[in-house]
Amino acid sequence: MTTTEIAAVRLPTGGLAHDVRAVKVVLHREMLRFVNDHTRLVSSLAQPVLYLFVLGTGLGSIVRTAIPGLDYRTFIYPGVLAMTVITTAMFSAASIVWDREFGFLREMLVAPVSRGAIVLGKCLGGALVATAQGVIILAMAGLVGVPYDPVLIVTLLAEMLLAAFTITAFGTLLAAGMKNMQTFFGVMQMAIMPMIFLSGAMYPLANLPAWLHVLTVINPLTYAVDPMREAVFARLTVEPQVMALLNPGITWFGWRLPVWFELVVVAVFGFVLLQLAIARFRRTE
Amino acid sequence: MNAVEVTGLRKSYGKVDAVKGIDFEVAHGEVFGFLGPNGAGKSTTISMLCTLVNPTGGSARVAGHDVVKERDEVRRNIGLVFQDPTLDSYLTAEQNLRFHAELYGVPKPVVNERLRQVMEMVALWDRRDNKVQTFSGGMKRRLEIARGLLHSPRVLFLDEPTVGLDPQTRSAIWGYINKLRRTEDITIFMTTHYMDEAEYCDRIAIIDHGEIVVIDTPEALKAGVGKDRVQIHTSDDQAAIAALKERFDLDAGVHDGAVTFAVASGEEFVPRLFAELGLPITGVSVHRPTLDDVFMNYTGSTIRDAEESGGMNQMMRARLRR
Repeated sequence: MTTTEIAAVRLPTGGLAHDVRAVKVVLHREMLRFVNDHTRLVSSLAQPVLYLFVLGTGLGSIVRTAIPGLDYRTFIYPGVLAMTVITTAMFSAASIVWDREFGFLREMLVAPVSRGAIVLGKCLGGALVATAQGVIILAMAGLVGVPYDPVLIVTLLAEMLLAAFTITAFGTLLAAGMKNMQTFFGVMQMAIMPMIFLSGAMYPLANLPAWLHVLTVINPLTYAVDPMREAVFARLTVEPQVMALLNPGITWFGWRLPVWFELVVVAVFGFVLLQLAIARFRRTE
Repeated sequence: MNAVEVTGLRKSYGKVDAVKGIDFEVAHGEVFGFLGPNGAGKSTTISMLCTLVNPTGGSARVAGHDVVKERDEVRRNIGLVFQDPTLDSYLTAEQNLRFHAELYGVPKPVVNERLRQVMEMVALWDRRDNKVQTFSGGMKRRLEIARGLLHSPRVLFLDEPTVGLDPQTRSAIWGYINKLRRTEDITIFMTTHYMDEAEYCDRIAIIDHGEIVVIDTPEALKAGVGKDRVQIHTSDDQAAIAALKERFDLDAGVHDGAVTFAVASGEEFVPRLFAELGLPITGVSVHRPTLDDVFMNYTGSTIRDAEESGGMNQMMRARLRR
């Protein structure tokens, strides 16, 4: 083997540009992992398709008379979109635990970049992957009577991205302290199932008993599901009483929250969870 | 300026002192080895120097920067190859290295060239598009070494770089490390518990129970022992030890399954031994001093004996690993 003269590279000192590069590469890795893993792509589609077409069709046959002129599947469609995004986002966050088990997390944590850049890259990557997964469900809109309206599609995409970011941040915070996958998935199931049930994804939040109403209002997912439903219902022609039953919005002490406010709530949750996750990773040093 | 300067460095976990106040320097360009049994404090020391663990006391400077106060500066200037793999096996070799280049902020115009240099150095350039999960243990370790060099660190830390590899791969890895010394402006700090590997180092520190026992060049250490090691096999080891004490005034012990003792000019001593011991000897071997003897000379046990009693420290290591 020939000996090559190797000129040393000297690294420039940190700064914002370096952190941006770190965010980008962590994000890039998430995308690579997603694109390469076909099994994950298919398996995480199974659940929403099951909810939408199997559960939706089955339950739809019972509730048909209660909601004249509307397919139950159309109603749960935005809920299923939200669910898809949420589960995928949580799986992305789970990869942190995986990385810890297989050592790669160490490679990231010993690099001369801020923890913030790594956590942010991870959350953005998770959000993009989850939204990409959501796009596949979005493509099925026509099958359940939701029109392919460009404005609707863009709105839903943006709302999915925001929800996915917040959930990835939540998952990352959970994953920060966990040493093995089994624990993480256990905790994830425990957190995710109630959050989905209480979010209005599967049934409308109108006319609920008081205790259930309180739980739905304090559930951050509620604020992610409602804007998607509002966006879908704005494109449908539905009788007023059905609209009132199925799309009641979220009320705080009688005040119906505007959509922009709900989105701000999701964003604030996302920001706070991100900060907590970063703080958590700084401490695990 | 020294590449590494350590003063009174200490680390305790609760009541257990893993590292009990050590001092040493590593000169620029040197290959410096930390030799000791598992659990002697090698990994803890390396973790402190790499800013992964905060010291309980004392101070350390690496490439001129304080490991506690200037953590990011230290990290920018060091390369790390851990005992446990830290590669993403779902990515290709090249993707793993590019990830590292971005994370360490290697200037964009030099990334491609540098990538090729380090991958050619460890003979993995042809395999750059293969996923790491298809690599053997030795290839993964080589890739980690390449990655550790990618950002041209001033100090490369190798924590047991050849542990768990077959002898052929071990010697190949040493080939790369030796080449590295010639081609890169670099200081190498490594830990090992293989005696034969410690011989490649310019200087060795022998560490046992969290303390540095001695630091010197391998040659000086071996010369310092001055005696050959003789091992005999007998049917009654205890009687042989007693006889050696009584007739030759030699302190012997059982190590690695044979009665072992040190004596000047071992080869001339063996005929006398057969004539005067008064016990049947079934086998004999005489060794010139090796680092094993150095280790035994300074610590009173062989490195293997020390490892067998190192159970508690093994637990500590497991705790350190994340």
